[in-house]
Amino acid sequence: MKRVLIIIIGLAVLIGLIRFTLTTGSTKHQQESNTITLWHWMTDRQEVFEELALKYEEQTGIKVKVDLYAPSDAYTQRIVASAQARVLPDIYGILDKKEIFASFIENGFVADLTAEFQANNAEWELSLYEKAVDVNRFKDGNIHGIKPGIYGVPIDVTNIQMVYNKKLLEKAGISKAPKTFDEFLQAIVALKRVGIAGLVSGWGELWMADCFASNYAFNIMGEEKIMATYRGEVPYTDPDWIAVFGVFETLRKSGAFFEGIVTKPNKDAEQDFALERAAFSFNGSWCVNVYHGMNPNLDYGVMLPPAVSIERPMRIWGGAGSSFVVNNSTPKKDKAIAFLKWLTAPEQQAFLAERTKNLPANRKALSSIPEILADFAKGSEFTTHPTIWPYNEHPLVTEAFTKGLQSIIIGEKTPQEVAKEVQAMKEREMKKAAQR
Amino acid sequence: MAQTKTISLSSVKDNLENFSFVIPAVLIFTIFYIIPFIEIFNLSLNEWNGISLNREFVGLRNFEELMQDKIWWKSMWNACYITLIALTFQNALAFALALACDREIRMRRFYRVVFFIPPVLSEIVVGLIWRWILNAGVQNGEYYGLLNHFLVQSGLPHLVNNWLSNPDTALSCIAVVHSWKGFGWGFIMLLAGLQTIDRQLYEAAKVDGANGWQKFWSVTIPMMVPVILVVVILTILGSMQVFVLILSMVGQGLVYHTEVPVTRILAAMTGTNRFGYACAMGVVFGAILIAVSFIMKRISDKAKQA
Repeated sequence: MKRVLIIIIGLAVLIGLIRFTLTTGSTKHQQESNTITLWHWMTDRQEVFEELALKYEEQTGIKVKVDLYAPSDAYTQRIVASAQARVLPDIYGILDKKEIFASFIENGFVADLTAEFQANNAEWELSLYEKAVDVNRFKDGNIHGIKPGIYGVPIDVTNIQMVYNKKLLEKAGISKAPKTFDEFLQAIVALKRVGIAGLVSGWGELWMADCFASNYAFNIMGEEKIMATYRGEVPYTDPDWIAVFGVFETLRKSGAFFEGIVTKPNKDAEQDFALERAAFSFNGSWCVNVYHGMNPNLDYGVMLPPAVSIERPMRIWGGAGSSFVVNNSTPKKDKAIAFLKWLTAPEQQAFLAERTKNLPANRKALSSIPEILADFAKGSEFTTHPTIWPYNEHPLVTEAFTKGLQSIIIGEKTPQEVAKEVQAMKEREMKKAAQR
Repeated sequence: MAQTKTISLSSVKDNLENFSFVIPAVLIFTIFYIIPFIEIFNLSLNEWNGISLNREFVGLRNFEELMQDKIWWKSMWNACYITLIALTFQNALAFALALACDREIRMRRFYRVVFFIPPVLSEIVVGLIWRWILNAGVQNGEYYGLLNHFLVQSGLPHLVNNWLSNPDTALSCIAVVHSWKGFGWGFIMLLAGLQTIDRQLYEAAKVDGANGWQKFWSVTIPMMVPVILVVVILTILGSMQVFVLILSMVGQGLVYHTEVPVTRILAAMTGTNRFGYACAMGVVFGAILIAVSFIMKRISDKAKQA
């Protein structure tokens, strides 16, 4: 009898627990259906995103949960791991190469937003900068085999140029920013004479050195020849590529590089420029906000990297600074898209630009940006980016290329030696691809 | 017949009972060690970018490529170099300080706490602090990195160096900082070992006329062999796997001079998106570490017997 009583009480408790779980579960589900989750990596924008999320909730009743995962390397790893586990949030960003972006789309992790962008005579698409949208676009006949369309939403635009410290240049007797490579070398000599370091940049982050080299590759040989190299039709031992590597050797020999540039993270380089330890820096438009935080009185200007050749224009990397994509398998896809539309509307874009000092993705919001940022914006017409190129180099070749640049910067190898090594890696990878 | 049945039932019951005690541990070990290891080995036989639902089976091709990968073997050598510095410099320092703190000296407890501070600090923090110390930057004609500044102030300007961007010094700097960060573990273990040595052995040696050096070689070292071997094994395993310190001190590395196996695995995974190749590296590296541990265990057993 006692046993039966214990069993009955036990069952009653169990049923009670199940009912409680189901009730709270359903309330939670109701709450969750009105909540969309966004994962990002931008430490400096967390507060602003949270403010915007609150504003959006007031206007629409939809709650946006903004989760920050920084730094960007850790964020990328988290996104990849979440994709593998199929637990991606409603809105997220893909910071990886175009090839990986394509892989996300191919495996159904990213929603195709083309129809949304082109609705109402492409109203949404036309409100944003074309180059920013292009970063998220896959064109007809793209090498990744992705259905043509737009798969991401740019929330700001960026470009990477050079900045110069006006006070330090003046101290060295330089009245205007150098435009050609020769003028730049003369400026370095003048700066050295008064004990001021030349160029600082975060080349401990290899992509930044790659970006600098790519600028000069466009200037020296043009896009067609670069793409031909990626296709394997032009070797890296070509004189034009040797000239690109030679830019780094010339800069090293002229003493232009800041001590330790080769292992410097960009945060350190930003600090060096903000604290007036170097006259020039190679950095992205995001630096306006960073420098403002480090030294609000810093007087500096923006310039394109000084051109080696006058035959072709200098091209810089730029386009969408940060983009978000929508999880294709989320039941809240429409809500996520509606939020991104709202986020890229002029009012929110102006708010973001004002608070974070980044170039807005919406054309109409450009009027509200600071002067120095407007100077960065002037460089937008010269921008290009690996994500919009028809071909990309194999990552292992890129690694050999960037490590080779480091070797030249520290004076360990000549441009010819590096060119030979990069070409050897290229041939190895081409051979491997042919065997498959 | 009935008795046999009773015995076998009772033995089955006993076995089941015993088995039930082991099951949780076996389950945990299987889920968290065996299955991931099998999965990693399985991945190492595939070409996979980490995202795609399709993996291309390539058999042992990743391992073949790895055997010919000069950068991988250079990274192994770099890790061995760091380990060598740690085994000598780090452990010698730890032993010397443990010996000092084992004596009746003033503020003994204070020293114990101080020596244990570096190991409890985050590797990122340690890396950033040393990055600042070793910084080679100049402002207004003065070095603002602590070491170079100190060298100039001490009248040794010819020793000023670009410590972390010079291929001759970068890896050694990392090895020294790693040793500085790690010596506290060895110190604590060696000190604990020293305190277990029976003091009567020293007194007996003294009666026999042994001097300090003889007592050290004939009493301390033989008694400390098991502890020293444990410290050596842990130093090898810890030093071979160092990488956070490298990331915080030299970012993505100085050419290939500061590459170690873990940074190569990371580069293959996140830089070139070759998960299969990264797993092959992981399997080979794991096998090497297991082999080293096994050899050290054998040496340790023999030493104990001796």
